[in-house]
Amino acid sequence: MIEVEHLTKKYGDLVALKDLSFKVEEGKIWGLLGPNKAGKTTTMRILTGYLPANEGKASVAGYDVFEQPNEVKKIIGYLPEALPLYPEMTVLSFLNFVSEIKQIPASKKKEAVERSIEVSGLETERGRLIKHISRGFKQRVGIAQALIHDPQVLILDEPTIGLDPKQIIEIRQLIKSFKGERTILISTHILAEVTQTCDGVVIINDGLLMASGSLEALTASFREKEGVVVRLKKSGESTLSLLREIQGVDRVSRENDELKIEWSKGKDLRDEIARLVVEKGLGLVEMRPLAMDIEDLYLKVVSGGVKQ
Amino acid sequence: MKNIWAICKKEVNTYFTSPIAYVVIAVFLVLSGFFFYNAILWFNSQAMQMAQNPYYYQQLNINQMVFSPLFHNTSIILLLMIPLLTMRLFSEEKKRQTDELLYTSPISINQIILGKYFASLFVLLVMLLLLGVLILFTFAFGNPELAPLLNAFLGLLLMGGAFIAAGIFFSSLTENQIVSAILTFGALLLFYILNWTSYSARGIWKDVLNYLSIFQHFDGMTQGILDTTDVVYYLSFIFFSLFLTHSVIQSRRWR
Repeated sequence: MIEVEHLTKKYGDLVALKDLSFKVEEGKIWGLLGPNKAGKTTTMRILTGYLPANEGKASVAGYDVFEQPNEVKKIIGYLPEALPLYPEMTVLSFLNFVSEIKQIPASKKKEAVERSIEVSGLETERGRLIKHISRGFKQRVGIAQALIHDPQVLILDEPTIGLDPKQIIEIRQLIKSFKGERTILISTHILAEVTQTCDGVVIINDGLLMASGSLEALTASFREKEGVVVRLKKSGESTLSLLREIQGVDRVSRENDELKIEWSKGKDLRDEIARLVVEKGLGLVEMRPLAMDIEDLYLKVVSGGVKQ
Repeated sequence: MKNIWAICKKEVNTYFTSPIAYVVIAVFLVLSGFFFYNAILWFNSQAMQMAQNPYYYQQLNINQMVFSPLFHNTSIILLLMIPLLTMRLFSEEKKRQTDELLYTSPISINQIILGKYFASLFVLLVMLLLLGVLILFTFAFGNPELAPLLNAFLGLLLMGGAFIAAGIFFSSLTENQIVSAILTFGALLLFYILNWTSYSARGIWKDVLNYLSIFQHFDGMTQGILDTTDVVYYLSFIFFSLFLTHSVIQSRRWR
């Protein structure tokens, strides 16, 4: 659905994107991650036709972003990081204006505006001037304008920035509700948001692609050790010694009331651990695979300079 | 066309839901009214003095004695007012980053420019129509010629249209509205007085400076002369300014 191939963007001497390539499949939600000035906003601006690229190709739903910009703009809903709102307009008049410049036919305009107000939860604010509504509602107006023409693709640059926790949860739920219906690319600094809403990620740093793929595939490929986390009724030093004696176990460590058992990639020692726990009557409460969370992955890729 | 209309409608609403249009129109009318009132008083005193001599009395011409100076003064007021009307058009979009909404919508840069241009032209038209209402009163008490008046109004509209186009161009250059207004005023004033230097210029330069002067083309129109050269000059000025605006916006995206 979204395809970026060898994209390079320069601002004078500054190279913002270097040979960036990635793909987002139809109906999936992908996160675009990276530190500040990594090139996330530039990538989004290129995809939405706001900026041209110096080299490379980009296409959305088969339309070339540079050759058929108007076709692309018709099927993309874009929420920029800085909300593009006119404070002197009311929410309703702003959305009416957006519906006109997004070329919604006159017969469907009213319905489109009402639907975007309903979906974004703006019923109570429709008649108020944008300058008088709260930051959270302004963000919702931004989302409403992105959704107004019922786009196949949504590009959201930091959609939950500046919102309170309740509003963040609501916006996340709204985004999640589009899964399968729309292809979404979200840029965010909140890594928990990625875990909760995204199917995959593109991680960039200094304009370079560092990693790209589904969350499962990426965490699996970046994990150096396999392992489990177990919670036992008896988890004293003697238990740790017993677990360390299992052949193939590299490391056993305690984290709060849980024990982390690690071994080399390619092995599976879960049977042996379970047998030992039962035989020795250690009282198994919980056993779960050792997962690499998004924070670990992000830090590994960005700070460690690992490139995939 | 629908896209131009959408932008135009939004800009007109912005003008009239904020004090901008009201203040500009009010100041324009107060100043024009002041000049008009003084011109009528002076014409009246001249008429009373010449009433004793039938020959001179017949030479009195309200178009030349009242309207021609009034329109010259009005053109100066427009020179001061129009930069205030146009200064926000692109500067504000850039500063608020609302331009991102416009340029990521399926409308062309030309449509955005024309929408904003026609919105300002509409405000100018309102100003000129209200000035026209003021002038209509002279028909109740005198016998002015209509054709030269209409010609002068066309001149004001074309000249104002050229001022707006220049204002839009300078607004596209900067995020700062004050800078935009000052640049517009400075450039327009320069074009207005360009013919002053033509007296000392020689050869082709004299003709070039005279041709480029905004005032030179307007002067004839206030006298009731409709010359296609003047109309072409203003239309070219408008086209060239809007073309430059398009180039500035387009080139900024590549920086």
